[in-house]
Amino acid sequence: MTRFDGYKTDGFYDEMFLPDGTPRPAVKLLAERIQNFENGEFIRRQITAEHALLRMGITFNVYADQQGVERIFPFDLIPRIIDADDWDWIERGLKQRIQALNLFIDDIYHEQKIIKDGVVPAEVVLSSDRYLEQCIGLDPPRGIWCHITGTDLVRDGDGQFYVLEDNLGCPSGVSYVMENRQLMKRTFPQLFGMSQIQPVEDYPSQLLDMLQFLVNDKVESPVAALLTPGIYNSAYFEHSFLAQQMGIELVEGRDLVVMDGYIHMRTTKGFERVDVIYRRINDDFLDPVVFNPESILGVPGLMDVYKSGRLALINAPGTCVADDKVVCAYVPQIIKYYLDEDIIVPNVPTYMCWEDDDRKYVLEHIDELVVKEANQSGGYGMLIGPHATKAEHEDFAERIKKNPRNYIAQPTLDLSRVPVLIDDHFEGRHVDLRPFILYGEDIYVLPGGLTRVALKKGSLVVNSSQGGGSKDTWVLTQYRRK
Amino acid sequence: MLSRVAEAIYWMSRYIERAENVARFVDVNLQLILDQPTGMQAQWEPLVATTGDDDVFEERYGEPTRESVLKFLTFDTENPNSILSCLRAARENARSIRENISSEMWEQLNDAYLMVTETSEEWMMTEPHLFFTDIKDASHQFIGQTDNIMSHGEGWHFCRLGRLIERADKTSRIVDVKYFILLPSVVDVDTPYDDIQWGALLHSASAFEMYRRTHGLIAPDKVVAFLLLDREFPRSVLYCLSKAEESLHAISGTPLETFSNTAEQELGQLRSEFAYAQVNQILQSGLHEFLDAFQTKLNLVGDDIYKTFFALRPINVGLSNSQLQSQSQM
Repeated sequence: MTRFDGYKTDGFYDEMFLPDGTPRPAVKLLAERIQNFENGEFIRRQITAEHALLRMGITFNVYADQQGVERIFPFDLIPRIIDADDWDWIERGLKQRIQALNLFIDDIYHEQKIIKDGVVPAEVVLSSDRYLEQCIGLDPPRGIWCHITGTDLVRDGDGQFYVLEDNLGCPSGVSYVMENRQLMKRTFPQLFGMSQIQPVEDYPSQLLDMLQFLVNDKVESPVAALLTPGIYNSAYFEHSFLAQQMGIELVEGRDLVVMDGYIHMRTTKGFERVDVIYRRINDDFLDPVVFNPESILGVPGLMDVYKSGRLALINAPGTCVADDKVVCAYVPQIIKYYLDEDIIVPNVPTYMCWEDDDRKYVLEHIDELVVKEANQSGGYGMLIGPHATKAEHEDFAERIKKNPRNYIAQPTLDLSRVPVLIDDHFEGRHVDLRPFILYGEDIYVLPGGLTRVALKKGSLVVNSSQGGGSKDTWVLTQYRRK
Repeated sequence: MLSRVAEAIYWMSRYIERAENVARFVDVNLQLILDQPTGMQAQWEPLVATTGDDDVFEERYGEPTRESVLKFLTFDTENPNSILSCLRAARENARSIRENISSEMWEQLNDAYLMVTETSEEWMMTEPHLFFTDIKDASHQFIGQTDNIMSHGEGWHFCRLGRLIERADKTSRIVDVKYFILLPSVVDVDTPYDDIQWGALLHSASAFEMYRRTHGLIAPDKVVAFLLLDREFPRSVLYCLSKAEESLHAISGTPLETFSNTAEQELGQLRSEFAYAQVNQILQSGLHEFLDAFQTKLNLVGDDIYKTFFALRPINVGLSNSQLQSQSQM
């Protein structure tokens, strides 16, 4: 029987159920519908959905070689639902955050006022691996650096949302938001009719609009392209999906060449100029002349064209400095400094190991905290104190002492949970949320975003590389009382 | 259109057509064996010979048997021209250009590939005819999607060009099968078995019924003429060459009967040779020799297409994918 009978919230904040086991008002309809399914119906729909994903080829290779087994990214049919008023607050918070971060990035590559005024220490910025001296003095088109951001949010035991980190490099996952939605519409058509769910389908249009906004007005019909590392990249599906949905060319470095001061694509009829590139390769690899000389993914001379203003790049090179987890910890001060506002959606409290007091605290409480490397992502380089062994605690303590700048620590949050189908019944699993923010003419926040779920029992790591899956995220349009 | 994309579309299309033709080859042989007089040795050797991969085969499998030949041509991932290898190559090419083809085309091809990977070897060995029918159907569905969903622009023309060049080559090889089968059994000439064998060739190109409506009784010269020189039958070599030429000119924008690159020149000459050929002359000068020369010239056309559209531009960064996409012929 796949019903919610026997489902336990186990004292966690459950996105679907109140502690007494009744569904939250926003999900009442959904819960009723699932309760009324005939025996096996829910499982049948789950299997159908998984088969559809396989058919659409939304897979990744488990092994690097081409004989490797292909798997789908696990997808769970129970949606994660966000109240309209919660969302309204998150949206305001994200817009505020991105606006401030953009001003911050522009400042630190120009006058560095925030450092001179003593708000953010120079060491924090300048010692970051992601601070690129090659970008000092750059003026990106329309003054925007961080065009696309994926900010990770978590909800703690008391229901409060926090920002865990920002991803300004090449945040991925938005294609899953759209594919998950399409799948849910196919699977529960009636439910969609009855619930008022904010659409996500216009993301490609918003993105294309933004790309074109960045091109110099003098260019008559701007040509946009999406630059991918190629088919063996784990996010390749997303690259091709976005290019397809926007109707722009998907290019690899070897398709591009600098000629006469412009970037061109090699076509069957000669060279064609490109005005704006949504690049999904990291800063280091963009241009072997300026950055990593080993790179064969990028285009030699690309940065010169960019600096001359004849090309727009999304995001601007150098933007990733704001990804640094130590920089992230300063966002409340950054918002206050540039916007003179208090931060709306708070950061997860962060201890900075390079500060003596914080380090002392971290070393004493390492078994309670989550310790992260400042420049790692994807769930790597991370210690979850309560789940780790004593040897692992000691190992991380040593690493922190050796290189304090490279580590931050945060309290282990009781991440909220959502029911997930496990074999033939539902169990609670921890989730986070990655909304996507576009900064063009205006700031646009895609309603909802990607809900990632840690499928392993008790696990707090939601990354797909570490056994995570995803869910559709419904932001309701109606205002409902909590 | 990006040169890399054009090349991937071209090879995607060729590999799908190649998979279909392998299915046709094997299927016709299975039919032939059913019709053979009892006591006669089943002929698997000609099948491997026509693929051109006989050396590779002998090294790995030794004596051709039903089992080994079927395996070699269907699921053997080390044979780059097995059905599975072809579909995998087609799919990998398609994956690299998903944004250029429609979702439906991708899903159709992905489905075909998944279908083959999920098919067990045992089942294929017991029900080969069903398996090969599935492969042919999948190929036809893909062509249907392509014709009815994809805009008939440059990409579509590269797709059609790839398909027709591949098909012209394979039809010529199907005709050549007869040469390999005929030799060891000269005594059968003009016997009912001969009739059956020629009929089987027509069947393998799905040409039997169309032939009957055009020529009636089976006569070797007419069968050869039909498969090589017919102007209306879509698997005949002349038809493939004519339509391929149309696509080539649609891509370059050069009027027919003129040329602006070597690919157009070579293909135009080859098409003319077929357009003005007479079957009796071909048979007199030796069918096998004629087909052999044709395949060599067709390979040249392929090389010229590569040089004209895909490999152009001297400025080179990184690796060319063309090696990975393999141009090995069957």
